[in-house]
Amino acid sequence: MNIVVCVKQVPDTEAPIRIRGDGRGIEEGGLTFVPNYYDEHAVEEALRIKERLGGTVTLVTAGPGRAAEALRAGLAMGADQAIHVQDPALDAADHIVLARVLAAAIAPLSGDLILCGKLATDDNAAIVGPAIAEFLGLPQATAVTRLELGQGAAQVHREVEGAVEVLEVSLPAVITVERGINEARYPSLPGIMKAKRTPITVRTLADLGLGPGDLGPSRVELLGLTPPPRRQAGRILEGEPAAVVAELVRLLREEAKVL
Amino acid sequence: MSRDVWVLAEHAEGHPRRITFELLSRARALAEMLGGRVASLVLGNGAARLSRELGARGADVVYLADHPLLAQYTTDAYAAVIAPLIAREQPSLLLIGSTAAGRDLAPRLAARLRAGLATDCAAVDLDQGRVVVTRPMMTRKAIARVAFRNDGLRIAVVLPNVFAPGAPDAARTPQVVPVPVTLDASAVRTRVAGITPIARETVPLTEADIIVSGGRGLRGPENFALLDELATALGAAVGSSRPPVDSGWVPHDYEIGQTGKTVNPQLYIACGISGAPQHLAGMSGSRYIVAINKDPQAPIFSVASYGIVGDLFQILPLLTAEIRRLKAAQAG
Repeated sequence: MNIVVCVKQVPDTEAPIRIRGDGRGIEEGGLTFVPNYYDEHAVEEALRIKERLGGTVTLVTAGPGRAAEALRAGLAMGADQAIHVQDPALDAADHIVLARVLAAAIAPLSGDLILCGKLATDDNAAIVGPAIAEFLGLPQATAVTRLELGQGAAQVHREVEGAVEVLEVSLPAVITVERGINEARYPSLPGIMKAKRTPITVRTLADLGLGPGDLGPSRVELLGLTPPPRRQAGRILEGEPAAVVAELVRLLREEAKVL
Repeated sequence: MSRDVWVLAEHAEGHPRRITFELLSRARALAEMLGGRVASLVLGNGAARLSRELGARGADVVYLADHPLLAQYTTDAYAAVIAPLIAREQPSLLLIGSTAAGRDLAPRLAARLRAGLATDCAAVDLDQGRVVVTRPMMTRKAIARVAFRNDGLRIAVVLPNVFAPGAPDAARTPQVVPVPVTLDASAVRTRVAGITPIARETVPLTEADIIVSGGRGLRGPENFALLDELATALGAAVGSSRPPVDSGWVPHDYEIGQTGKTVNPQLYIACGISGAPQHLAGMSGSRYIVAINKDPQAPIFSVASYGIVGDLFQILPLLTAEIRRLKAAQAG
């Protein structure tokens, strides 16, 4: 089974964010970048399948030079090879354009299964996975909490509103994974050493056979980032527990009007 | 391109879901600004009876696609019906709810149609002739304003609970436009083998008006019973922060936060939750937040509308009893 896993490097979710002066992005200086949380689960799922059935696990990312670290992290977990699409033209790409680029990098790999995280924790878009499926002409299953492979098909569990959907999807397919599908392993020391020696294949858009005209324009534009509105400082209720509770219920009913 | 604003209807058990009413309400306001109509697109098997309700909630036109293969949502069938229709009708904007199906479908449609797409929208506005959305990013540490280009199709995936549904007007009757469906089963590459309701979820977390949520301070899985009792009294849903999920006290579908669900209820009651950024990312859009925590320095108090510094094992039973008294009085 040949499995392709898309990974993205994102800012550490615990790190504070400084918005750039022009509001069009964040200050990267001093910021810690990590592999996207959900992508680690996608890598883990791929490795478990490979350990059971054999085959290869190929990582693919698109992004600036620093994004190679996310590939190294996946190689250290046990992936076999990695492709890094790097091109200045990607700076202005929206998610749909990015998915088209990734699809062009994935297509020649003849993957039986393409795994992605359900979203990236930096922009929360959840666009790239299903868009890759469309560009590759493959079926998809998104936000999957359980994956079982059968003959030419997979059975997956998806959380839908108030229920779990059991879905059968024919393979090859693009599957995006949700938290809960597995516990991702930590890279082993030999894994880290091996990852350092594994060459990463770098591809430009031209290498992928894509010219500027093939991508089409980005159809959404970031106007600016602002800090979230500060919530008004609340009220701390003090006193005997019974009195405090009575006061809380009164406020929720009379002031907030939510009861 | 037309001036019409479209809403993809979602439905369950013969009725539109609440998110659809929320979107219709916003679509009405946008269509009036644009000088267009509101259209709702409904796919199903025997879905004609939904038209009245969609009309009453604001749809001028209902595009109705009825076919046995549309009885349940599948990516392939929905995309096969919707993509050619919106390519032909060219709505000014298509609103889709940020639900399991909506998030699955929207990127597929956008890729097929080369449409502009913005997900997780917490606001959709017109600004100097452009459609501009607002969406939280970076663990809610930044709010992005994103504009669509004026040419081409535009799809916005909108979070639940950010727009209030309009009141129904039974006098409104929509024009119903049947959509011819030619679908072959072989073109649908997924099959829904089953849908198992999550027994505890009376109302899904993402749609709940009130959420009672527990954190590490609950000390063990057995103590979630305290939250269940309060939630039952309030008609609320129960959620959690990340530590109870990591500790295996509750399944991960409880989790609210960066690695869980994003919720926007009217009232969020955080019990024994410290308020790590990863949790705030999923709930700080709540209208009112109540925090109950024994640590007065807990960051959750900085976002709480009302805070109680104290022992939740003492506070929660008192609160449940007080709510029961109130509900009994309201019922009487």
